[in-house]
Amino acid sequence: MNNLIILPILIPLITGVILIFFTKNIPVQRWVSAAGFLLMIVAAGMLVSHVYQDGIQTMHLSNWEAPYGITLVSDMFSALLVLTTSIISFFVVLYSFKSIGEEREKFYYYPVVSFLIVGVNGAFTTGDIFNLFVFFEVMLMSSYVLLVLGGTKIQLRESIKYILVNIISSALFVIAVAYLYSVVGTLNMAHISLRLSEVSDLTIITVIAVLFLIVFGLKGAIFPLYFWLPGSYYAPPAPVMALFGALLTKVGVYSITRTYTLFFYHDTGYTHELLQIMAILTIIAGVIGAVAFTDIKKIVIYNIIVAVGVILFGVSVFTENSLAGSVFYIIHDMNIKAALFLLIGIVISITGTSDLNKIHGLIHRYPGVAWTFFIASAALAGIPPLSGFAGKLLIVRSGFEAEDYIGAAFVLMSSLLVLFSVMKIFIRGFWGAPRAYKNEENAPVKWLLFAPALLTAFAVLYGFGTEAIYPVISMAAETLANPEIYINAVLKE
Amino acid sequence: MKTNDVILQTVTKVTLFIIILFSIHLFFAGHYYPGGGFIGGLMTSGAIVLLLLAFDIKTVKSILPIDYIKLTAIGLLFAIGTGAGALLFDMPFLTHAYTYVNMPLLGKTSLHTAVLFDTGVYLVVIGVTMTIIQTIGESE
Repeated sequence: MNNLIILPILIPLITGVILIFFTKNIPVQRWVSAAGFLLMIVAAGMLVSHVYQDGIQTMHLSNWEAPYGITLVSDMFSALLVLTTSIISFFVVLYSFKSIGEEREKFYYYPVVSFLIVGVNGAFTTGDIFNLFVFFEVMLMSSYVLLVLGGTKIQLRESIKYILVNIISSALFVIAVAYLYSVVGTLNMAHISLRLSEVSDLTIITVIAVLFLIVFGLKGAIFPLYFWLPGSYYAPPAPVMALFGALLTKVGVYSITRTYTLFFYHDTGYTHELLQIMAILTIIAGVIGAVAFTDIKKIVIYNIIVAVGVILFGVSVFTENSLAGSVFYIIHDMNIKAALFLLIGIVISITGTSDLNKIHGLIHRYPGVAWTFFIASAALAGIPPLSGFAGKLLIVRSGFEAEDYIGAAFVLMSSLLVLFSVMKIFIRGFWGAPRAYKNEENAPVKWLLFAPALLTAFAVLYGFGTEAIYPVISMAAETLANPEIYINAVLKE
Repeated sequence: MKTNDVILQTVTKVTLFIIILFSIHLFFAGHYYPGGGFIGGLMTSGAIVLLLLAFDIKTVKSILPIDYIKLTAIGLLFAIGTGAGALLFDMPFLTHAYTYVNMPLLGKTSLHTAVLFDTGVYLVVIGVTMTIIQTIGESE
């Protein structure tokens, strides 16, 4: 039993509730949420060090023992994701101070961001499949509000699409959980895994596995279920886009990873093969979009899809090394996507447009923005020694070791095209003759640059510190590759 | 056209209190019998909706000058506070405590922290339902 687990969920919840009382007082809104999120980082950091020293931490809510009550479980993978989420949300909140606008700040922007983080951290932490659904809903409700807040025409249009897609996938989620429950008769994830290994009829398990892949694939944006993502993520302002791009799809990816390593590892010939094909197609679809568009928002959005494919390819290879690569890569990607979205947010606030044909010569007046963007894009593509490299190296190498040559080759190729797509922004947007823009004087570039610059600095440190971080990552991968560790930690305390 | 609501209004004035009393009964019954904060809260908001139907938003606002969004937040604070209270005693989140007390008039009664949590649920349900209904109603 360890109450530390609940703190990264409880702190933003309390912060959000307190903020509701002071909706019209903007300084209170800003600083209370920043303080709350800072506290959350501390709690998440303590959690990671605790898990590192003492192994998987569990907590039975209301003191009902597993498998009867709801259990929260923090293994290394989930603890790391919670820490990353906390750090990103803190910086996004700081960025929002001068970017989101007073109207949104007065209409529950900060409380809703807090509730979004409650959902994300909860989904990463919970050890109960139905509770996972509940935290998904918490997250989705908040994301509906964030998407529609402001009420511009494009936001309203995309919100309808987004809500429709998510309601359907939530309904499917409950159906999938019901199927699973009718087979195993339990909701506790460790217990489900234990019972599934006793089921002799693998066909029904495979059906459920595919159903879960569809459900989480809709949220996590895998091919061909990503159709809603480029439109919906395009609509909201930059900080919201950063939260969505960095966190929401990753919750879907996390859920696929969790279920495919903990539940459905019996008939990998079918399920993981399918996942692998999907992952490769996702990479291809994402890369085509990223290369084709000349809108900076669209380019980065399609890069989310590429990353989802790369991470899931690592999961589908399903060796300890490839899982370590996926863990490495998912953390890197959350961090760098947040940084990139915040950076293009700065570009948009300077130029007033996201069309690459209308932007050039920014490097002359904003060298800080330009070089931060350059480093962030290099890290995104995985140029050594920056942060994307180690994860991709592990994934590609274990792909070759497992003789999945085609997939590994696609991951390699995708890196090149990803690099091309972001360098296109750098070359066409930042180089060239400088020109004047209308809103240029009003953009608080110095303040806005603070958050993405620090996130990029993390990416650099994460890359250089690979050797130091590796034991932590391999611990996460070990738990993913050996479900017994998870099961024993939850059921036999 | 102005409709004549005199029967509805007169009946509402009496039944309102019966409904609210019954909802409070349901609320307290909740621990051992069917009922609880959720259903109690729904019934109370049902009473307020009846009031809205019989009169209009302005009148109801002058009778019950409540900011329902803040009411929701107060309810959430109750519920979270009860859950977080367990942390102070180094027990898992949401662990409850109870004891039996001899009270005048009521006799041997169980006092349970779940009541505090349920109060939170009760307030949240009223707050959310009324916010939704008022938001829909306002535009017309």
